[in-house]
Amino acid sequence: MSRERSVLPGFGLTVGYTTFFLSAVVLLPLTAMIIKASNIDHAAFFKLLLNPEVVASYKISFGTSFLAAIINSIFGFLIAWTLTRYDFAGRKFLDALIDLPFALPTAVSGIALTAVFAQDTWLGSHLAAMGIKVVYTWVGITVALTLIGMPFVVRAVQPALAEVQRDIEDAAETLGAGRFTIFRRIIFPTILPSLLTGFAMAFARGIGEYGSVVFISGNLPMKTEITPLLIVKRLEEYKYVDAAALGCIMLGMSFVMLLSINLLQAWSRRRLFVGKRR
Amino acid sequence: MAAGPSKHLLAELATRPGHNTQVDKLIRWSCISAALLFLAILLIAPLMTVLSSAFSKGLGVYLETFKDGDTLAAIRLTLLTAAIVVPLNTIFGVAAAWAIAKFEFAGKSMLITFIDLPIAVSPVVSGLVYVMLFGTQGWFGLWLLDHNINILFAVPGIVLATMFVTFPYVARELIPLMQQLGNDEEEAAITMGAGGFMTFFRVTLPKIRWGLIYGVILTNSRAMGEFGAVSVVSGHIRGLTNTMPLHIEILYNEYNFVGAFAVASLLTVLALITLIIKTLVEWRGYRRR
Repeated sequence: MSRERSVLPGFGLTVGYTTFFLSAVVLLPLTAMIIKASNIDHAAFFKLLLNPEVVASYKISFGTSFLAAIINSIFGFLIAWTLTRYDFAGRKFLDALIDLPFALPTAVSGIALTAVFAQDTWLGSHLAAMGIKVVYTWVGITVALTLIGMPFVVRAVQPALAEVQRDIEDAAETLGAGRFTIFRRIIFPTILPSLLTGFAMAFARGIGEYGSVVFISGNLPMKTEITPLLIVKRLEEYKYVDAAALGCIMLGMSFVMLLSINLLQAWSRRRLFVGKRR
Repeated sequence: MAAGPSKHLLAELATRPGHNTQVDKLIRWSCISAALLFLAILLIAPLMTVLSSAFSKGLGVYLETFKDGDTLAAIRLTLLTAAIVVPLNTIFGVAAAWAIAKFEFAGKSMLITFIDLPIAVSPVVSGLVYVMLFGTQGWFGLWLLDHNINILFAVPGIVLATMFVTFPYVARELIPLMQQLGNDEEEAAITMGAGGFMTFFRVTLPKIRWGLIYGVILTNSRAMGEFGAVSVVSGHIRGLTNTMPLHIEILYNEYNFVGAFAVASLLTVLALITLIIKTLVEWRGYRRR
């Protein structure tokens, strides 16, 4: 490793320690999983990943995560808008509460949501009367993933909304633009990269989520089994190679999502700071 | 947390012609009520349910849960895990932030990507990778078996899995903060003869303290609440390898709902305390980057 000359001490110590600790805690175990999965040949690997139960779990995981991220994009934007544009009693309290899904252990969210939407509760019985069954269906999984993903969208959009320059809005208004035009031509383009970043973060988190989902989903094979649950199931059946192969697929998806999120973030940073006096 | 609109801006807007009309009021009212309704169902209702279910059979039954030896063992194990993981990851985070923010070197962006990786990985995969390392079919499995060392389905496995999932939190908070603050003051201190550690404790630490506190409470919150990763490596042995979140699952599956929600209420209080500290740090002027 080369470095520029610096008077500051600690280069060897901190880089060495960081690399060592990272390798021991993160990279070594990840490598072990990848090597375990590569013990089988390609044909067996693909057969394993395209088995009907596994394919059903992809559909459920992707479908519910996508739907939850869409719901979060709409309501997350609405919440961010309300928090940055309006002043009302309890605004600061609500703003602080947005991060609750980050702070609340997923197992707690899981049993609490199951209890809220169970058929014997006020909400659950009303939904059931309308023909919507939440607990032990894909609807329940979507609800859990919506809770988990909500702060990502709100926290991504909030700073972007605060950056929308009022003077541009004012200028548009003096030129005769109506509310909808201002929103469509000024506000929405400014926040779009941030909104997409929030969407991608919520989606990525949803695909990997486990704790909050397993209680409300009921884990019915082919119907409400998410992919992470299938890994746990394979481990319990002592099918270690199968579990490792599924783990590699999920790791690959995480990499792709991480990359997309980084690109989106770079885009939103460019979009926000162009032409700003900074 | 982003700041809300300033009072005088809103007052000024309200006096402009074409503003504060019936339509404006209607839009404002609809936005606020839709946001409140969504948050009431998704956040407030679950919070209330945890408390009402925990106390549904009275204070006596609630307290009964905490006389159970297995519950106490779960609480002890959660505290022990956090007590090991939080300091180790804090030291790592500070070292990583110093290395990345203060120096230029080849492979730096790759290092940052790898540090971020555990956040993006499913908790289940975070546990699974340790099974691949320490399980009987794993790399070190047979060696550990021969030497009678238990890592998987024992406390070390739980600590390692928790370390994995909380690995990036402090580093992610400190790296952008230290990059933005620059090196001038540290360089001045070194040039004037201060040692490395003195420079860190007297110059750098005071500047980054709020970011550090922020990272530490996030690490602690996740460490105490982690479910998926720990679930894979714990083996669910009552009284021995159950953390609080895993104990909640066991009680819940045994239909002991009061017990499950009683333990959940403790973790909920922890989450609320985390949020309060976080908000206070933000009110101190700390802004996430």
